[in-house]
Amino acid sequence: MRSVRRFFSRLIKPATRRAQEERLKEEITGHIALQTEENLRAGLSPVEARRRAMLKFGGVEAMKQDYRATGGLMLIENFVQDVRFAWRMLRKSPGFAVVAVATLAFAIGANSVVFGVLNALILRPLNVPHARSLWGIERGSDKAINHSYPDYRDLRDRSRSFEDLAAYNVTSVTVDTGNNPAGAWILETTGNYFDVLGIQPYLGRFFHASDEHGPNSAPYIVLTYVFWQNHFQSDRGVVGRVVQLDKHPFTILGVAPAEFRGTLLIVNPDFWVPFVNQEQVEGENVLEVRGHRGLLMVMGHLKAGVTPAQAVADLNSVGTYLEKTYPKDDAQMTFSLTRPGLAGDWLGAPLRAFLAGLMLLAGLILLAACANLGTLFAARAADRSREFAVRLALGSGPLRILRQLLTEGVLISLIGGGVGLWGSVELLRAMSVWEPLPSAPLQIPVYADANVYIVALVLSLVSGFLFSAVPVRQVLRTDPYQVIKSGSTAAAGGRISVRDLLLVVQVAICAVLVTSSLVAVRGLVRSLHSNFGFVPQGALLVDTGLNTAGYAGEALPAMQKRIIHALEAIPGVQSVGWVDRLPLYYGSNGTIVFTDQTGDLKPANAAAEPAVYQISPEYFTAAQTTLFAGRPFSWHDDEKSPRVAVVNREFATKIFGAPNQAVGKYFKRADGTRIQVVGIVEDGKYGSLAEDLQPAIFLPVLQWPSAGGATIVVRSNREPQQLGLAIKDTMHGLDPGLFFLLSTWTHELESALFPSRMATRSLGVLGALGAMLSITGIFGMAAYSVSKRLKELGIRIALGAQSKEVLRAALGRALRLLAAGSLTGLLLGILASRVLAAIVYQATPRDPVVLGGVVLAMALLGLVATWIPARRALSIDPMKLLREE
Amino acid sequence: MKQKTDVLQGTLALMVLKTLDVLGPLHGYGIARRIEQISGDMLAVNQGTLYPVLLRLEQEGAVASDWGASENNRRARFYRLTKEGRRQLQVETQGWEQTAAIIGRFFEVKAEDLP
Repeated sequence: MRSVRRFFSRLIKPATRRAQEERLKEEITGHIALQTEENLRAGLSPVEARRRAMLKFGGVEAMKQDYRATGGLMLIENFVQDVRFAWRMLRKSPGFAVVAVATLAFAIGANSVVFGVLNALILRPLNVPHARSLWGIERGSDKAINHSYPDYRDLRDRSRSFEDLAAYNVTSVTVDTGNNPAGAWILETTGNYFDVLGIQPYLGRFFHASDEHGPNSAPYIVLTYVFWQNHFQSDRGVVGRVVQLDKHPFTILGVAPAEFRGTLLIVNPDFWVPFVNQEQVEGENVLEVRGHRGLLMVMGHLKAGVTPAQAVADLNSVGTYLEKTYPKDDAQMTFSLTRPGLAGDWLGAPLRAFLAGLMLLAGLILLAACANLGTLFAARAADRSREFAVRLALGSGPLRILRQLLTEGVLISLIGGGVGLWGSVELLRAMSVWEPLPSAPLQIPVYADANVYIVALVLSLVSGFLFSAVPVRQVLRTDPYQVIKSGSTAAAGGRISVRDLLLVVQVAICAVLVTSSLVAVRGLVRSLHSNFGFVPQGALLVDTGLNTAGYAGEALPAMQKRIIHALEAIPGVQSVGWVDRLPLYYGSNGTIVFTDQTGDLKPANAAAEPAVYQISPEYFTAAQTTLFAGRPFSWHDDEKSPRVAVVNREFATKIFGAPNQAVGKYFKRADGTRIQVVGIVEDGKYGSLAEDLQPAIFLPVLQWPSAGGATIVVRSNREPQQLGLAIKDTMHGLDPGLFFLLSTWTHELESALFPSRMATRSLGVLGALGAMLSITGIFGMAAYSVSKRLKELGIRIALGAQSKEVLRAALGRALRLLAAGSLTGLLLGILASRVLAAIVYQATPRDPVVLGGVVLAMALLGLVATWIPARRALSIDPMKLLREE
Repeated sequence: MKQKTDVLQGTLALMVLKTLDVLGPLHGYGIARRIEQISGDMLAVNQGTLYPVLLRLEQEGAVASDWGASENNRRARFYRLTKEGRRQLQVETQGWEQTAAIIGRFFEVKAEDLP
């Protein structure tokens, strides 16, 4: 207690320091005066009386020192002194300070941005109460997260480990809040969704499980805060109003709080709709179809005291029951748990791998920056060896000098870290409000939180200690006598010094970064020109949903035909095709198929799970998909004629062994329908750009009516703008109430290319940072070695050395180190790029362009970095130099 | 060297506390004189060492100080014992007496007294 009290009193003392010194002075004077009077009374002469008084008091300065030590905290005062001195030193060499701070700002900034994204998307749980016990359910060995509604119901009612289970799906609708139909993205959820998550409404109420009474029984919606702000101007009277969703009336029940934006981190929905009303929203109803796994995610809170392992065992026993009871639909019903924020491993796994890789690279950048600054610090310490020597000679302890150096380093790292953190917080904020894809509700909610600040601070401190520790050995070995006698420490000759090693490390790291970014850029360029199985250039897309405009049954195919013929009639249009869902548009629909010989049609016996597309006859022409054998569809392939399909080569190879023998053969769907293959088309990309060859089948839309939205591909050589106007007119002429969106296919492909684009961009930025760091590193090293050896070079020139020899003497070492570092980095980079292959399609480091590019880039960097020092070495005037000495 | 100072400071502090307890508020010179009178030469050469001790006691809250007028009408800092100081004095006096008693017994014991 006493010591605590004393500590605080000492802590605040420096502030009152002057007053305290004054007080002591006055007390001393008073003391001596009283003693002098006493001595006078004893009969001494005034001079003698005063002298004795002072003698008796003792050494004033020593006492003052003692008094000060008691009064303040030495450590803190020394620290304040160190900081002041460090600040003055940095002010004295602003160039050094700016370079050091900028280097660190970029390195720390890069790290906190990457960590910010990692933190927000991977580490931070969903923004719901008790997120730690909220789990999503994955199915089977390939960790599928989609489930069918009947399966969900059984999992919910038969498992005993969860408080309750909710499910949702992402889909789009046309919403009409008054007189302007517009597209909106929604989450279709089970009635208990909000109750399971424990969210309270901001306004009005949410829907509950008790609102559901069978299909289409709950025509309610709950708005997100943002949608409420944007479309209803934050009108509090909005509750109870009716809006049209796909021409069906829905009542607005309430508004969700601003901080709750659904349960899929990267999707920013407009509102929530009960899943039981699926038929009105999507045009079809799969509430009772066990084989249709249309729910994106099933999730719930574990009951208190239940471990994830127990829950999995519980779910698996339900799974066994389901497999036994519904052998036709349910196979592989084993389960595992996952975090729900990124839809399990579907989005989570590649994102985790990529962000981990990026974090590693950012860490390398920081390491390179530290190596860079370490070199600078070591050079500076060498320049200051005279100062250190003088201080040592005057009695300063080596520890005090080291503490001074450390303070300087940490000061720089804190300033740099602060600047970097500020920049990254701004960047993260900009990313969070960014809507990267106009056609999708994609968001990257990566606001910085306390974790980001802490990580940036820790990284700054650690790197500060790291790079200021580099010159320690050098300082400790300083021999004041030698230094003051000979002017400077003798330069180490042929031996490899720590500084050289640091430079090699730094160049190697830079080469790794340059290699990775080149690999990614090459991969992106290739994927832009790879074979998609269709030609996006020159095609316009009309995105429409006839069901949302009230077409159903007989009227649907008739209207489809009318639209196609009307669009074909537009001048300049070459062909028009209809497809239920574009390939590479947020994944693909799959269906299981069986060989014709299979008798027992249970999922375990399935021969393949191809992507399936319902198309109109001219789709292949419009998409420019090459037909290898057989025929495309015609309008005669309707429900009255035998069921037919066109398959891709991969499917033909997988099911029938050889592609050229497939035409005319049969396969079966899960409902037992026999389908005859009438044509073979080229392979393409269906789910994602990075996928391997996938089987796919195409079915005639007249035989398999598609209820959901559909896209019309219009191929033409006309200007998209003009053609767009013509298409709009035509569509309005057919049905003024039809809602549709126009875009080009290349534009629409952005969504498929988005991951590789982001990967390439971030790697490009890191690569550029790495390149910058190695330029400053090599430049620093070369410039320093030239300035150190000015005298020697001057003598060489005076003795007749040629420019080549001067350059070799001045820069040879720097260039040799550069070469060694580049080679190491290139090899490491090739190894590291394997990770990239998971994200960036066709990323391969064994590519002559990449290898050549890296070598060229590093050579260029070396040239740029040594240019100025080389000029300086060549422009040495020996006369001037020797005269100055 | 350092330890010796600590011991000196420790005993000095106790003397200061006791002095203030017996005589009431006093300025630094007064305290020094009193200690000198009783202890003989302990402060004969180094009266100044008293001041760091006073500062320390003040930081610990054992004494408080105010400006006042000394007998020759100079401004002087007067120190007085606080409640906390009185408690501290009590505890330390007890401790000191105990230590002194033990040490005293050690010195009294002769080899032939041991069983």
